[in-house]
Parts: sequence; C-alpha cells; structure tokens
Amino acid sequence: MGRPPTGAILSGAGLHKRFGALTVLDDVSFSVGAEEAVGIVGPNGAGKTTLLSVLAGGLPASGGNVRFRGADVTSADASERSRLGIAKTHQVPRPFGGLTVFENVYVAATAGGGHRGAKAYRGCMDVLELCDMLGAANRRAETLGLLDRKRLELARVLATDPVVVLLDEIGGGLTDEETVALVGTIREMQRRGMAIVWIEHIVHVLLQVVERLVCMVAGRVIADGEPRAVMSDPAVVDAYLGSGAR
Amino acid sequence: MSLLSVDRLDVRHGLLQAVREVSFALEEGEVLALVGANGAGKSTLLRAIAGAHQPSAGSIAFDGADVTSMRAHKRVARGIALVPEGRRLFGDMSVEENLRVAMRVDRRGHWTLDRVMELFPMLIERRNSLAGNLSGGERQAAAIGRALLTNPRLLLLDEVSLGLAPVVVEQLYKSMTSLLEGGATLILVEQELNRALSVATRVLCMLEGKIVLDGPAKAMSRELIVDAYFGLRRAAVQGLR
Repeated sequence: MGRPPTGAILSGAGLHKRFGALTVLDDVSFSVGAEEAVGIVGPNGAGKTTLLSVLAGGLPASGGNVRFRGADVTSADASERSRLGIAKTHQVPRPFGGLTVFENVYVAATAGGGHRGAKAYRGCMDVLELCDMLGAANRRAETLGLLDRKRLELARVLATDPVVVLLDEIGGGLTDEETVALVGTIREMQRRGMAIVWIEHIVHVLLQVVERLVCMVAGRVIADGEPRAVMSDPAVVDAYLGSGAR
Repeated sequence: MSLLSVDRLDVRHGLLQAVREVSFALEEGEVLALVGANGAGKSTLLRAIAGAHQPSAGSIAFDGADVTSMRAHKRVARGIALVPEGRRLFGDMSVEENLRVAMRVDRRGHWTLDRVMELFPMLIERRNSLAGNLSGGERQAAAIGRALLTNPRLLLLDEVSLGLAPVVVEQLYKSMTSLLEGGATLILVEQELNRALSVATRVLCMLEGKIVLDGPAKAMSRELIVDAYFGLRRAAVQGLR
C-alpha cells in the first residue's frame, strides 16, 4: 500500500521555523505526491500545524524552501499560493459570521481562487453539494453548529479549486456518524484528483483515508511510511506514551 | 458506597462536546491513571469533577451527595482538590502565601505547611520567593502542596510531568511516593504510560470524550492501552478501505 511520492506536487526541504529562541521546525523535509493522501500525527508541540502553515504560506520559513509543481514558492505569500492551488483549513474555523454560507464560499472562490462570474457561482454550488451544505446555503455562518462550521471550512477551501488541500484537525469533536460523513467527503476529494495532507489526533479516522503517515516529534520527522507500520513503530509509541512504554 | 460516582456525564466547550456520557465510580484508596491522546477529554473531565467546568448533562456524586451543580470552592471544602494543568499559582504571591491560601479552607488533617515542605524539600528555600519566579518543577510541587493543604479526600492531578525535565519528574514522583502509597485517593492524568502504570491501581483510557478502556493496572498490557489510546482496534473493526 502507499503510492511512492515520485513527482512530489508540494514539498518542503530542510524547513526550519523559529519563534525567537524556540525552534518549532528543525530541518523538516516533507512531500506529497499528486493525488496522494498523507497523514501527519505527533504529540502536542511537535510542529504539525506550523509545518502546514509554512507549506501554505501563512508563516514564512526561517530556513529551507517550499516547491510546488517544481517551482520555488518559498517567497510567495498565502494568497499567491492559494491562487496556485494550495489551500489550508484552520483548526478553529473562522467563517465570516455575518455572511451566509454561500457568501462565505463565494468569497473563497473569487478572492481566494481567482474565479469570476458564472464559473465561480457554479463552482460554489458544486462545493456546497459535495460538503452537504446546500440546505444551509442561505444561513448566516454565525448560526452554524460545529459540524457545519467544519463543513463550511472545508467548502471554503474547495471553492478555491485546490490541487493540494492541507487539513488541520478537521475531525476533532465530531460524533461517530459525523466522522463517517467527513471521511466520505475527503475520499471524494481525493477521487477528484486532489492531494491531501491531513493532521489529525483521531488516528483511527485518519487511517481510513491516508496511504502514508508521517509522525513528527519536537520539530522533526521521526517516522514516515505505511500508516500501520508507523503507528506500531516503537519510537512513535514512545513519543506519545513516554520512553520505555514497551 | 463509592467515594466518587460519575454518571452519564456530558461536558461541552461551546460547540465542542469534550466528554460524552462518561460513567465510572471510584473507591476510597484507588489511584486511577487517566490516559488518552490530546483532546480525549481528560482535563475537561477532571475540571468537571472539581467544579471548574459545569457539565451539560449527567451527574457527579461525592461521598454520597450530589455535587453536580455545587460551586468549586464548596467542593474543595468537601474534600475535592484539583492540581490544574499549567499549575495556575498566584504568580505575585510567595510560595508560602500560595500554600496559605489553601489553608483558609480549614480542612484539617495530615497535611500541614511543615509536612508539605518535608514532602517537597525543593520548596523550603523557595518559601519566600514569588511563585512567578519558580522553575517548572518547583511550580508543580507548590501546586500539589497547595492542593494537599486542603487535606483532600480526592486529589485530581492534571498533567504532572508536562513540560518538566525527566530528572525533575523523577524527583516529583519520588517525593510523592509516600502520598501514593499512603492510601490517598487520586485521579492522575499522566502522559508517560510507564510512570502512570507504576503508581496506579487502575487505568482508564479515554478516546474522543468516551471511556474506551477501564481496568486494574495489573491487568493492563502495553498493547491493550496503545490500541485503546489510538482507537486502532476500532479502526480494524470498521474494516479499512
């Protein structure tokens, strides 16, 4: 199992990220292939969210470079990378509360994805259908519950028509049934040709989607490979449950 | 009658439900290790038991009385003490002042200022230092000492080792040996599994707000806990891909 990441579509090489004296990414190299689904796990403070932010352009790297489809995008900001096809969801969804669900998605399609007119409109409708949000299209985002906020976060990302989707803990706090629906949506995204990079603490959910798993600890990648092999790697278990937990 | 009885407890953080229909009972003298990944609901459960976070459904009984809607300080007066994640000392007060705050609860018992200092000798020379200037280990010792000075019947310890150097963790646990072996009743959230297993009489593992494993520490294997912790067995049952 696991598609080899030949011809990485998005990659970071020798990435460093420092906040003052604190090193959050310490020489991290990471790549995702076209249409590949990769999961990232690791205990709190491992640098997972920071890695996604550096890949998406939300945070500048302190060292190393990011390449997308072979081109160096290290100095491109998040909006430029969004237009190129790199999109990221946030751990805590922050929709425009006063706008409707449709308007939120439309802003993403136009401002984030650079689409216009009928194409943008049709794209939004398609995305709302995929995320099972057509029925809520005219609701103000601030009235949404947690599941719908997560769906809207995903819809906003999809409306930019991305090539690579970076998901930051989109499954947290959902019920079992809601999680099944989320997994269905993410598999459909992959079927449509998107590459997925997914950070999730709920490992058994992650394993239903990803073909490759990366484990980060203290700013470094300590394991990268077939998901079940990574989860049974003693170094990975130690990272969560303390050394010598064997 | 159990000392603590939690029945179908739901606890929410706004839109997020962190604890889902959790039920368990704790007997006097049990040392319960509460394990689980980030976001499993461990700290929220402890905070709900302590009265720091109001549950949205279910009930908590302590020593036979329903304390579900009792304010936190009244639960302290009844004998529930929480050592919160992040220690939460009063940074502008000295170590001794922090400890004396707890003594105002006026629950007398084994624990006195002197006995706490004896338990954590590292606090002796820091007695008059501002809590805000302490090292992580000293802070944790002061926070545990503060909880002990309420002479609790149930001590809730959240993330004892978090952010501390291994040598400091070793020192803290060594100090707590007498406490742990002396028949105290406590619930311990500890990320280091071996550490938790070495002191606990019982292990309870949470996953996504629910209890997925509960049993005597002696009967627990590493594999059993790791599977429950990551929910891997469930993934297998669900039939992957």
